Amino acid sequence: MDRIDGFPTDTFEGFQLRMGKPLPFGTTLVPGGVNFSIFSSNATSCELALFNKRETKPFVIIPIPEKFRIGNVWSMIVFNLDIEEIEYAYRMDGPFSPEEGHRFNKDVFLMDPYAKAIGGRDVWGAEPNREDPYPHRARILLDDFDWEGDRPLELPMEDLVIYEMHVRGFSKHESAGIEAPGTFAGIREKIPYLKDLGVNCLELMPIFEFDEWENSKISPVTGEQLFNYWGYSQVGFFAPKAGLAATGQFGMQADELKTTIRDLHRNGMEVMLDVVFNHTAEGNENGPYISFRGLDNKTYYILTPEGYYYNFSGCGNTLNCNNPVVRNMILDCLRYWVAEYHIDGFRFDLASILGRDQNGAPMSNPPLLESLAFDPILGKCKLVAEAWDAGGLYQVGSFPAYNRWAEWNGKYRDDVRRFLKGDDGYTGALKCRIEGSPDLYQWEGRGSKASINFITCHDGFTLRDMFSYNGKHNESNGENNNDGGNDNHSWNCGWEGDCDDAGVKFMRKQMSKNALAILLASRGVPMILGGDEIGNTQFGSNNAYCQDNDVSWIDWSLMDEYADLHRFFKHLIAFRRNHCVLRHSGFFQHQDYMGSGYPDISWHGTKLWEPDFSGRSVAFLLDGKHALEGSEPDNSVFCAINMHWEMHGFELPPLGDGLRWHIAVNTGVASPEDIWEAGQEPVMDNQGEVLVGARSIIIAIAK
Amino acid sequence: MSNFSIEVSGTVAKVTLVDKIDTTNAPALAEELKKLIGQNLERVVFMANDLKYISSAGLRAIVFAKQKIGQNVQVYLIGAAKEIHNVFKMTGFDSFVKIQDTYED
Repeated sequence: MDRIDGFPTDTFEGFQLRMGKPLPFGTTLVPGGVNFSIFSSNATSCELALFNKRETKPFVIIPIPEKFRIGNVWSMIVFNLDIEEIEYAYRMDGPFSPEEGHRFNKDVFLMDPYAKAIGGRDVWGAEPNREDPYPHRARILLDDFDWEGDRPLELPMEDLVIYEMHVRGFSKHESAGIEAPGTFAGIREKIPYLKDLGVNCLELMPIFEFDEWENSKISPVTGEQLFNYWGYSQVGFFAPKAGLAATGQFGMQADELKTTIRDLHRNGMEVMLDVVFNHTAEGNENGPYISFRGLDNKTYYILTPEGYYYNFSGCGNTLNCNNPVVRNMILDCLRYWVAEYHIDGFRFDLASILGRDQNGAPMSNPPLLESLAFDPILGKCKLVAEAWDAGGLYQVGSFPAYNRWAEWNGKYRDDVRRFLKGDDGYTGALKCRIEGSPDLYQWEGRGSKASINFITCHDGFTLRDMFSYNGKHNESNGENNNDGGNDNHSWNCGWEGDCDDAGVKFMRKQMSKNALAILLASRGVPMILGGDEIGNTQFGSNNAYCQDNDVSWIDWSLMDEYADLHRFFKHLIAFRRNHCVLRHSGFFQHQDYMGSGYPDISWHGTKLWEPDFSGRSVAFLLDGKHALEGSEPDNSVFCAINMHWEMHGFELPPLGDGLRWHIAVNTGVASPEDIWEAGQEPVMDNQGEVLVGARSIIIAIAK
Repeated sequence: MSNFSIEVSGTVAKVTLVDKIDTTNAPALAEELKKLIGQNLERVVFMANDLKYISSAGLRAIVFAKQKIGQNVQVYLIGAAKEIHNVFKMTGFDSFVKIQDTYED
């Protein structure tokens, strides 16, 4: 039945118009037309500009009649638009008085913050038209999709093995050998590889529209073009980056991404997005007008009393996340990604900013974090905080969690790295990290599932580089090697950088295996950096944010040289998935509450029951009868860790019930005896003691 | 001249697409495809040898053929240029469409 409000009431230069509906913001397809709706609390008037795709001059600029405004929202239906061929922008008039927070300019074209598709950077790295007065161009999206029954997977948090990747870097290298390198479709092509590896959650570095040309320059060292490659600087929050889609030039990025997510789900893998709400691509007072600055500067940004931009993000501005309007935008955004793209979880970049008030002060009960934690649509999705910001707020272990938020556990990374390289006095810290960091997360019922354990991530060295370089090598970034962290806790195994010495090469692989063994034996949620499984290198760079080249593209030809490391990753991931004794959302009780003769976890040294937390060697026993707090019996697992440079013998815990110790992992020996497939683990000759080589880890199971 | 024509013979509907299918003509195409509902078709064959461009809306008209005409209908796309073929593949629309160079009755 036709609606009685489905006909135009007004016309402007031949365009048929009607008052629109203020909600939802953005564009909505309505019978015969498009509903446009935009907010500004300080603008005095608003115009809608319509462009033919890619043209620099609009074909019409329609003043939105004052009678179409409700409150602070202008909304208007425009009939008979060819939605696939147009782009739209707003122009807002209002005061320009920076000291009061206002920076209106009625002549600039502004992108809709709710734009679901954004043109202008359709093909990654294509030279942009720098004369275009409207470089990031809002488009209208046909957002229907046949999910064929798919929905988010809702895997238990503690069962995840997260694989972090950059969409472009993952498959851009020619060695990826696929049809759509560097794109969402490229991930889809590599699903068989990921499934075989055994990971069950992909964490994608930023995929919201960003400008790879932002702050681009030529490297003074290599002469190469440097880009905003990582993309931690968003142009729009509702649109997937067109340049990351093989079909972006045809405007089909949403379909491509949705298909990729659907097929990942079909293969048992969740998709988590790295989201950046702490700042925008508009920078400080010298940055461009893209959207927020000209729509309602004072609402969207945290400003100093003089009207300058606070810089808690280290990127020029700070989004005013606890303003109710901005808060709602973030909520609308995340709901949209969960409902329309079936996203399983989010990792919030510099999340501590989200807990600062409108003056920048940290709050004890931040409304945004609370809203996200209790939102109905986000009710089952994973929320992960990077619990610090560039303004000095460090909240690992104290992030306002509402029993919902997990955290990137930076202390896990630092303590495990220091233990691995043999620093004195880190064995006690290691115990705490392996137990799921109860020092950080045993409060308010958060559980070990609040701890995202990682040793490497996009930010810092790759795993191979962590054991190949003592110092960072970021010269090609063109910042005199001043960028990137200096607290890498890395160890080059005796030679800085690439090296032909067989002993050094073996040790580097062995150390990589040690790192993975600790990571996957720890309570909490393990996260792996994509490419670490095949020894990917960034040639010593620990800050590849601008390197759109071989430095940060995964080189899949390493699959040959690092086949043994890949095999180790694959079988150890399977080992974790096969043994629920390794996975639980809570903490150990250090008691024998099952009457098995051993507590749920017990710590040992070279002699049983005598752990030396001041040394470099330690062992622990996970009692199988206590697996999942006794609800699902598993094999007992004994893990002996020796980061000393000499071999040590470890006493094995006596077993009853005719059980015997079988060797599952020994990082000190060459492949294939470094790890055994499930069911193939050989029985150990000596059931009383096991020799653990220098800088080696042995994992044994009782069966 | 219309950018598409439909010809039914027996259980096969042959849909010839020419030049471009986008928002300007995709709704009309979908309307015409609707008329095929209930004709006990086994195949809907889109002849795309002379198709230069298909937009998001055009693709949706083809999905519509599969969804509305019947789950047992096999949809073909014949002779599509490489770019169009790729768009089908990258967006996953190829999962229910048989993409071939040629078609023989």
